[in-house]
Amino acid sequence: MSLLQIRDLTVRIGDTLVLDRISLQVAPGEILALTGESGSGKSMTALAVMQLLPQGAGISGEITLSGEKLTGMDEAALCRLRGRDIGMVFQEPMTALNPVQTIGAQVAESIRLHEGTGPAEAARRAAHLLDRVGLPAEKFPLTRYPHELSGGQRQRVVIAMAIALRPKLLIADEPTTALDVTTQAQILDLLKGLAREYDTGLIMITHDLAVVSQIADRIAVMKDGQIVETAPTPQLLAERKHPYTRMLFAASAHRVSLPDVPPGPPLLRISEVSRSYAGARQGLFARAAPTRAVRNVSLDIRRGERVGLVGESGCGKSTLTRAILGLDRVDSGTITLDGTPVLHDGRPDRAIRRRLQVVFQDPFGSFNPRHTVGRLITEPCFLQETQMSAARRREATAAALTDVGLQPGDAERYIHEFSGGQRQRIAIARALILRPDLIIFDEAVSALDVSVRARILDLLADLCRTYELTWLFISHDLSVVRTVADRVLVMQAGEIVEQGPTETVFRNPSHSCTKELLAAAPVLNLPPAESELRV
Amino acid sequence: MNRQLVSGLCLSGFFILLAVLSLVWTPFDHTALNIPDKLKPPGGVHLLGTDHLGRDILSMVMVGARTSVAVALLALAIGLILGVPLGLAAAARRGSWLDEFIMRGNDIVFAFPLLVMAILITAVFGPSAVNAIIAFGIFNIPVFARVTRGAALPLWEREFILAAQVAGKGTARISVEHILPNVSNMLIVQGTIQFALGIQVEAALSFVGLGVQPPTPSLGRMLADAQTLVTLAPHLAIVPGVAIILIVLGLNLAGDGLRDQLDPRLRRLRT
Amino acid sequence: MLRYFIKRTGSLVLSLAVASLIIFTVIEIAPGDPASFMLGLNAQPETLAALRSELGLDVPKVQRYLAWTGGMLTGDFGTSYTYRTPVSQMVADRIGVSLPLALYALALAIVIAIPAGVFAAGRHGRVADTGVMGATQLGVAVPNFWFAMMLVLVFAIQWRWFPAGGFPGWDKGLGAAVHALTLPAIALALPQAAILTRVMRSSLLEVMGEDFMRTARAKGLSRRQTIWRHGLRNAFIPVLTIIGLQFSFLFAGTIIIEQVFYLPGLGRLIFQSISARDLIVVESVVMLVVFAVIMINFIVDLAYAAVDPRLRSRT
Repeated sequence: MSLLQIRDLTVRIGDTLVLDRISLQVAPGEILALTGESGSGKSMTALAVMQLLPQGAGISGEITLSGEKLTGMDEAALCRLRGRDIGMVFQEPMTALNPVQTIGAQVAESIRLHEGTGPAEAARRAAHLLDRVGLPAEKFPLTRYPHELSGGQRQRVVIAMAIALRPKLLIADEPTTALDVTTQAQILDLLKGLAREYDTGLIMITHDLAVVSQIADRIAVMKDGQIVETAPTPQLLAERKHPYTRMLFAASAHRVSLPDVPPGPPLLRISEVSRSYAGARQGLFARAAPTRAVRNVSLDIRRGERVGLVGESGCGKSTLTRAILGLDRVDSGTITLDGTPVLHDGRPDRAIRRRLQVVFQDPFGSFNPRHTVGRLITEPCFLQETQMSAARRREATAAALTDVGLQPGDAERYIHEFSGGQRQRIAIARALILRPDLIIFDEAVSALDVSVRARILDLLADLCRTYELTWLFISHDLSVVRTVADRVLVMQAGEIVEQGPTETVFRNPSHSCTKELLAAAPVLNLPPAESELRV
Repeated sequence: MNRQLVSGLCLSGFFILLAVLSLVWTPFDHTALNIPDKLKPPGGVHLLGTDHLGRDILSMVMVGARTSVAVALLALAIGLILGVPLGLAAAARRGSWLDEFIMRGNDIVFAFPLLVMAILITAVFGPSAVNAIIAFGIFNIPVFARVTRGAALPLWEREFILAAQVAGKGTARISVEHILPNVSNMLIVQGTIQFALGIQVEAALSFVGLGVQPPTPSLGRMLADAQTLVTLAPHLAIVPGVAIILIVLGLNLAGDGLRDQLDPRLRRLRT
Repeated sequence: MLRYFIKRTGSLVLSLAVASLIIFTVIEIAPGDPASFMLGLNAQPETLAALRSELGLDVPKVQRYLAWTGGMLTGDFGTSYTYRTPVSQMVADRIGVSLPLALYALALAIVIAIPAGVFAAGRHGRVADTGVMGATQLGVAVPNFWFAMMLVLVFAIQWRWFPAGGFPGWDKGLGAAVHALTLPAIALALPQAAILTRVMRSSLLEVMGEDFMRTARAKGLSRRQTIWRHGLRNAFIPVLTIIGLQFSFLFAGTIIIEQVFYLPGLGRLIFQSISARDLIVVESVVMLVVFAVIMINFIVDLAYAAVDPRLRSRT
């Protein structure tokens, strides 16, 4: 008998149909993965099960939990059910906890609310729960506040709250998307273990197919508010009946082939660069020990080389990027491009800066919303000795837009008229307009849906064929780095712990940190015959 | 355009038009004394009645509104011209001694309630409309500096600023090219709020004799004159009071409407 | 926490020092010599000199500043030029009216605004919310002194429920004093209550959109429980700032309201002193008001730390 039964669930918000006749079952102890790209209705399904849809949402169809009908149940009964029979874990651990309450109080609240337990007993049980999710009371007393914990630790607190009363059903909405791979692996293990131990049905919502394929017993693929395909994991991975499923898996495993370019002379030389930040003030004169963000980093990038840089958050990637771009000074060591330092007495060298460009992660934050696309992509032209004529500028703009697959006419439009993928194309056009010697891609495809990402990676490969680009590709996503880099660097705690040809490092990692990173990263293994399918 | 914005603009626009119109035309000469016709209630020849000296109240309200609007606008200009650059500079050098200095300075100015500032200035220079403008102008500086800095700080964390830095642009240029256009919405909204507040401040200062001096009429002065006569002829207090309320209400509605119009994120909050 | 306290105290002392310096400088550049003003046009040079030395006007400015601030710290505010009585005595009499009035008004504003704001936020987008918002929009626009005149007209002259003005003094009993201060307090409080209601409402609405509120709902808390247990405390953080600002506004606002109700408070004192050019009184009263404002903001800063644990662990 199934635990959760969803039949013909349809949800409208205003005039938009967000869920279209969804039917699903979850059995006790079963892990169902709900996957699809952004806007496919994954999170809405979760909120519909919780009966926490935004106000004004119209709902039809039927949701039952162990025979009890949730649709049409009155609010008081739903409140008794939420937290007791259904628990939920959210995506953003940094904001999911009340900042002004201790973690102990927040975990205990679930228990006290549903079982009327006294404060002391509830606290005892909260401590036990936190211990179960990997936050032992000796190191993490109940009196801690959320801001004193890291993202992964906070997510453990949210999980402790959700499982406090051993719910029959647990819903986890992108629970690891905001976390590093090693933390992600731990949280996934924890969730899987809890589902097995408590015989809880788990709905795991994630866009990451590698995660899906590792954790789920059964997979449901969603697109535009509909479930296009659902099957047990091995079967779905092997068959991939629906064209959208095939496309999604192909895009996730998408590889590009970069042209073979014999490496030229060294272009960027970083030798023994260190940078530390002053520690937080402690009292009038004392300061905490300075944080060494980058320690003794040395690396060379040759002309025509495509180098990848991987590492978890806080490993010093962004500090290094800022230093290469000449936006920040270094404490010691030198960074030179073609033999000339990027910073002269703390001031950037314009001639050098012209030859360096960057593409950022956030397709929404990296453009001034009040400028036209034409003005945005010609911003680097400010670095030229002699300013281009208006006609020349228009030509360059049109060429750059065409290069990245957009129309010359798009120069007159504003950034909000473009989708995330198109914006990333515009960012690439901006980086290309001065034909720089080196482009830094700073998590440039991390915020994109897999199908969009696949197309951007194709674009990069094409551009590489046309212009023989040299790049440094920074990402936490190992599968992306693997396909766009000839050589890869692994960074940890401010140091480069390993470097070498990409395939060598991925197949035979030598440093323990690289091994750990590779072991933690979920891998999507598709049956070979099927993976021949192209996007 | 939303309903709030339209009604706000109509309401405040109507009074501003009346004020401007008073430059060329009023129903009566607002200085002409006419003792036989004193304290006439509203209606008749004098649409809104006459005061204790027989002066036409409608004409006085029109000229008074002109004074109030002028005082509020000039003080607003002082605040914008000095406050916005300070806010931009503090945000551009966030965390530095300059930022600290500007913000501490703001705190000090904030420690002087507006009325106390006006009292200090009046104690030294004597009461006048100019001193009222200076007092409220000084009060406006930290207001705009804070709004500008507050709106600019998150912008400095955005990647498009980083992109401009990569394009070799300096702090000052980025502040003008990228930061200022993106904080202008907030400034317009705050501007209407401070404009409305200016009308009230002028009235309050003139009411206690620290602002506009006779014979210049202003809405606050009319209320001060009415205070002793309010039992005899309530319309002397009611008419200018309602005028103040409607102008301020109109400006505040317009400000709220503008905020909703310009910032879709706030539209759902409707504060 | 201790570090936070020390830092706040440091900035408190600095603010007070700078503010006193500004006030002293402004009063110093005021034209006219108090001594010659007091003695009139025909004063003998010797009498003038004697008075100047009696008033302490003949010593260097730095010394005078130090004497003034030093005196303030020990409760000695100097001697009034016109009345020849200690300023501290005059201020003490008057502050007994102004401060209770400001606090009374603040209490009224908070008691009205917090429930009204929570009520409106809870009914966001519905008729009740629109009604409350409309009322606050009007409340913000009404000048308090005009509102005071209307209150007098209706409740004192028409219905005779309250006195139209004057203050019997605290020695005539608490009831009579509070009765006399009720209309002024209402006049001061209502416009501020309107502002505070709006802040409370928008702050709560903002918090209601936060992720942790959804977490609380997922735990099984009802909408109302979520607001009371998780929303309010977070929503109070910006409200506290406004309450701090409002106190200074209300305290200064008493200066105007006292004019309408003929109350013997600091406002009356300050206007009498301005017209008598009794600048030492002006100087001291202004410093006192500024001191009160700075102190209140200091207390608000400490209250923040009580509400928000994130501040306690930061410097």
